[in-house]
Formats: sequence, structure tokens, C-alpha cells
Amino acid sequence: MKKFERLQGLVAPLDRANVDTDLIIPKQFLKSIKRSGFGPNLFDELRYLDEGYPGQDCAQRPRNPDFVLNQPRYEGASVLLARRNFGCGSSREHAPWALEDFGFRVIIAPSFADIFFNNAFKNGLLLITLDDDTVEQLFQAVEATPGYRLDVDLSAQRIHRPDGDIIAFEVDPFRKYCLENGLDDIGLTLTDNSEAIREFETRHRAAQPWLFRDA
Amino acid sequence: MAGRTLYDKLWQSHLVSSREDGTSLIYIDRHLLHEVTSPQAFEGLRLAGRRPWRIDANIATADHNVPTSAKERSAGIAGIEDDVSRIQVQTLDDNTTSFGIETFGINDVRQGIVHIIGPEQGATLPGMTVVCGDSHTATHGAFGALAHGIGTSEVEHVLATQCLIQRKMKNMQVRVEGKLAPHVTAKDIVLAIIGRIGTAGGTGYALEFAGSAIRDLSMEGRMTICNMAIEGGARVGLVGVDQTTIDYVAGRPFAPRGTQWDAAVESWRELVSDEDAVFDRVVTLDAAAIEPQVSWGTSPEMVVGVHERVPDPADAADDTARRGLERALEYMGLSAGQKMTDIRLDRVFIGSCTNARIEDLRAAAAVVKGRRVASSLKQAMVVPGSGLVKRQAEQEGLDRIFLDAGFEWREAGCSMCLAMNADRLGAGEHCASTSNRNFEGRQGYGGRTHLVSPAMAAAAAIEGHFVDVRSYDYDRADAMSA
Repeated sequence: MKKFERLQGLVAPLDRANVDTDLIIPKQFLKSIKRSGFGPNLFDELRYLDEGYPGQDCAQRPRNPDFVLNQPRYEGASVLLARRNFGCGSSREHAPWALEDFGFRVIIAPSFADIFFNNAFKNGLLLITLDDDTVEQLFQAVEATPGYRLDVDLSAQRIHRPDGDIIAFEVDPFRKYCLENGLDDIGLTLTDNSEAIREFETRHRAAQPWLFRDA
Repeated sequence: MAGRTLYDKLWQSHLVSSREDGTSLIYIDRHLLHEVTSPQAFEGLRLAGRRPWRIDANIATADHNVPTSAKERSAGIAGIEDDVSRIQVQTLDDNTTSFGIETFGINDVRQGIVHIIGPEQGATLPGMTVVCGDSHTATHGAFGALAHGIGTSEVEHVLATQCLIQRKMKNMQVRVEGKLAPHVTAKDIVLAIIGRIGTAGGTGYALEFAGSAIRDLSMEGRMTICNMAIEGGARVGLVGVDQTTIDYVAGRPFAPRGTQWDAAVESWRELVSDEDAVFDRVVTLDAAAIEPQVSWGTSPEMVVGVHERVPDPADAADDTARRGLERALEYMGLSAGQKMTDIRLDRVFIGSCTNARIEDLRAAAAVVKGRRVASSLKQAMVVPGSGLVKRQAEQEGLDRIFLDAGFEWREAGCSMCLAMNADRLGAGEHCASTSNRNFEGRQGYGGRTHLVSPAMAAAAAIEGHFVDVRSYDYDRADAMSA
């Protein structure tokens, strides 16, 4: 996993509630057995005017000029500003893979769906939950200001706005630790807990042997 | 001390360790794998030189990509015409073979949608933790199991450590009290709940379904309800264990036997929320007031009773909601105030992990019997949830009822619920579907999904538009076929 410390990034606004993971990356791209290469198909049905399929050269496809990520002013954006319940629906980790592959590292919204939230942090994305009013203010600022950038400082848990205002945010300590250090949590679990897992398993098997097929 | 909820009990009985900040390690009893969300996890294991922690906890099957036409299926994996799908299904087979994980191959009669075959095999037991790289894993909570969907990184984590890193959720209870009207089903209950709490209403909660109307449901009905907990934002859906649960599990291939069965049943009877348990949020619905539901929009919360009309965005609570409604109307090709019964349908899909169990097929067949699919429809299809559901339906003669009426009778798989295989909607087509998601493009590029119960889908297939199954003349159908 890529480390995340501090990022100063261009902000793109996606003004739509309940963005589901089918919309983030449609099902036909889930047939891939790889973890990378999903960026060109991020928001495929919104970004292009035709139906996408795996293996296509997306540079040749007709783009939807009205879609926000196709507007030149948001090219190179690494911060996505979104509305409530972002990432609802399917558990597909292809959604954060596509967002990360496209170039996003931070997503700010009033709320996120649970499974998406988990998946995103495991792929080096920082998800920041802010209240509705703050998100609304950011939407207005981004739309009014071409080149609007935010400076996101994970260690201080602060967002610096271009006007000097500071927005504090919460992040749970374990997720923060993994992000700051780019840690693989499987390695952490095995290093810190192998013995505890074995002990638990022994007790669990004694109490409920029917949960183990070789019992 | 206040009593504990069912979720509290399941959490505590699987807690391996906890950090000060609440980050916890939870032991996983059952891990179900399918072809779409596992290849990158197996690759990760290999790259790190790791082995699965406990092979016997894992069961795999291919369901999302598999073709449902008998012709394509007859040649096994090699017969899958879509190259990319075939590689993915083959990759699952290669991975599970090399790690020694039990797999139901695509022509094994036990193959089917992963959330249908787990319970069917008794591989889902009360008191278990069950995970799968699929959000509809909530289904298994119907057994008093702690079950939820996970991403691929977590699939890899479970394979390698038999545990998941979690934080405890809050407790929410939805109580449905009273008697349902005839032909109003579990699907209508859960759609009505989502319509009430919204698609994010359960976010952050483990959602327990309780009340007399839930107790009255069969296990199939309870699975339908828990299945769609995620459509209300809750990763976990739960129903407490009772005699209905125990009777369903008894005698299934993976269920305990003999003295172990007796010990298991004794412990399973504790798997209910204590009477004095405190929930962070409680919502109550009156079962008798629930109408057959039909979704009109592009989120499962955009749902109304069959006699209601398409809502007006002008009535929305705020600007974001209003724009959402306007966009949904435009995508669905509907206008505010339109009667749901006036929507003309192009296709009907009866299937998915929500509604492809034997009880669902019986309910649909009872409507269809002796009738014909409307000539205005392009397609009406029934896709059983597993090879065993298909076989049982054929033993009961349900396949003949569907085929005689003009339905297609397919092989088991996820099929048109998410259209990863060849079964899909064309742009602009309206579909009455027994699946779980009406998102834009979900059932095919530009496709328009209306979520309904199996009986409602069947009646819609006959009439070519939505009708109220409560006023449907079931007796006439029986008379015609006699």
C-alpha cells in the first residue's frame, strides 16, 4: 500500500448523493483478474457516451463533455468532493482500485457506505467525513474557484483551505497508522496476533466443535 | 447490567483481541469464495508466500459470470463463450485446486449462487461468523450468524489469518408486527423497510429484524430480508434463532449430527437478543399496512406501493435529494405522478440471491400456472438459485408451468441481477426483477430495473405491466390447468 502523509491536491466536485459502486466501476470490468488498470473505466457510464467493454482503447471513445471529470479545469484532480452515502452497494474493491488508479488519494463526503469505507483505506485512499454544511461550503468554493486546491495533512488531521481556514477531521488511529506507514495489515495481524488466534481457535473448537469440519 | 443483543453475543463469542481504539480482531468460521472478488486475493497470498490459515473454513463456487444457457453450460468451463469470463472462472478453479479448497464446479448439482448454496448445504450455521467478497453475504444472518460482505483485501486477510480487523457496529432493530396480507411477502417487507429508513438508514449498524411478522416467515423469507439489509446501508442483517431455524438446518450435508447436533441446538437457542437488550435505534412497521412494493427509481429506497404513483421531485426534502429524484426520473423514462401500474415492461427476471429459492419459484409458479406471458414482452426468464433448487423445482413440475407459459428456464447463477454474463437488459428497457439493486446500468447498459417480489414479477409477466397480486385470481389459474 502507498503511504499517505500530506497532499496538496486539485479538488473535483461530484455533486450527486448515493453514488454506488456499480456507477464507480461497472460490472463488465470486474472480470479482470488483476488489481490495476481500472482508472480509464472509472465512472464509465458517466464519462463516455458509448457502452464500455474490457480491453477497449478508451482514448478513442466519445467523452461526455458534461461530466465533471471530463472538464479541463479538473484534470489532474487528486481530491474528490462527494455527497452523502458515497460508495453504497456492492463490496467490489475494484471501486477504490479504480479511484486510486485514476489519481484520487482523498475523498471528502458527509457520509460513506461501510464496506466501501473499509476497502478504500486498504488501498491508500484517505476518506474524510465532514458535516453537510462544511461539504456544501466546499462545493461552492470549488465551483466558484478554478484551480481550487486543498492541503490535506493526515498527521495533524487538518485540511488547509486556500483562504487560510482550517478544517479538522477525525480518522481512526489504526487506519491512520497503516496509511502513514503504508502497512500491509495481514503482516501486522500475523506478527502481532498469531498466538492469540491459535489460542482462540483452540478454545472455540472445544466449545463448538461442529464449526470445524475436521472435528 | 442491560441484556445483550444477538449482535453483541456473536461479536463477543468471536473476539480474538482488541486495541485501545476499539480496532478488534474477529475470528471467521466460514469463508465463501467466488470468481469475481478472489483472484487478486489468491495472487496476494502467493506473492507474499502465505498459505491459507484453515483450509476447511473455505468453500468456493463460480456464480457471477457463469452462463445460464444449458448449451453453454454443458461443456463446463471450456464452454464459456466470453473469453474474459472463462479466464476468471478457470482462475477460481486453478486457485482453489492448488490450495485444496472445496469447490462446487460449474456442473456440480450443488453449484449455485454462493448465498443460496451456503444455507442449502448447512455450511451456514447459527452462531457462525460468515464472510464473502460480496455485499449480499448479509443473507446468512437469517440463521443468527454474524455475516457480512468484505472487499478483496479482506478476502486475502481472512485466507491468511482466519480473522478480520473490525470495529464494533451499533445495534439497530426493525420490528415488523402483525399479519401480512395474503400474497404480500418478505420481499415487500424489506422493500418497505428500505423505503422507510432510506438506503443509508442502516449505515454503521448491525440490523436485527424482529417482530411477529418476521417470526412467521420461513427461512427463505428471512434470507430475502437479511439479503437486502445492505440496500438499507447495513452490512449485517440478523434474525434470532427459533425452531424454524433449527428445523431448516437439520440433516443438511454440513450440519452437525448425533451428540454434536444436540449440543449445537442447545447453544443455538441462546442466539436471540435478550428481552432487556438496548438498541441504539428501533424502527417499527405494521405488517398489515404493507402493500406489494415496486421500485420506480435508481436506488432501492425509491420504492412505492403498487397503487401509488411516481413521486414528484418538488416534494423532496432538500436540493441534493431533489436533483437525485429528477435524475432518476430521467434515467427511468418516467414522469412525476405516473401510475406504477401504467409502466410497460420489456423483460421479467425471476432469480438472484434475493429471490431464487424454492419458495420463490413456487410463489411465481402459482401465479403463472395456466396463463401465458404477455406478447408485448421480449423475454421472461427464471434462473434458479442453485442446481439443487432447479432439480427440486423440476421434481415439483414448476419448470413445466414456466415453460408452458412462455418463460425461459435456465441454469443456476447470478445472471441478470448484475448482468456479468450474457443475460442483460438493452438500453431503455424496463424490467420487473426479483433482484436487489435498481442502480443505473446494473442489469445492462441503460437498462431500467423495477424491484418486486416473485409473485409480483410473475403477474407483471402475464399482464405486461405491474398489477396488484392481492387481487389476482389464483383460482382461475388452477381451474384452467385442471
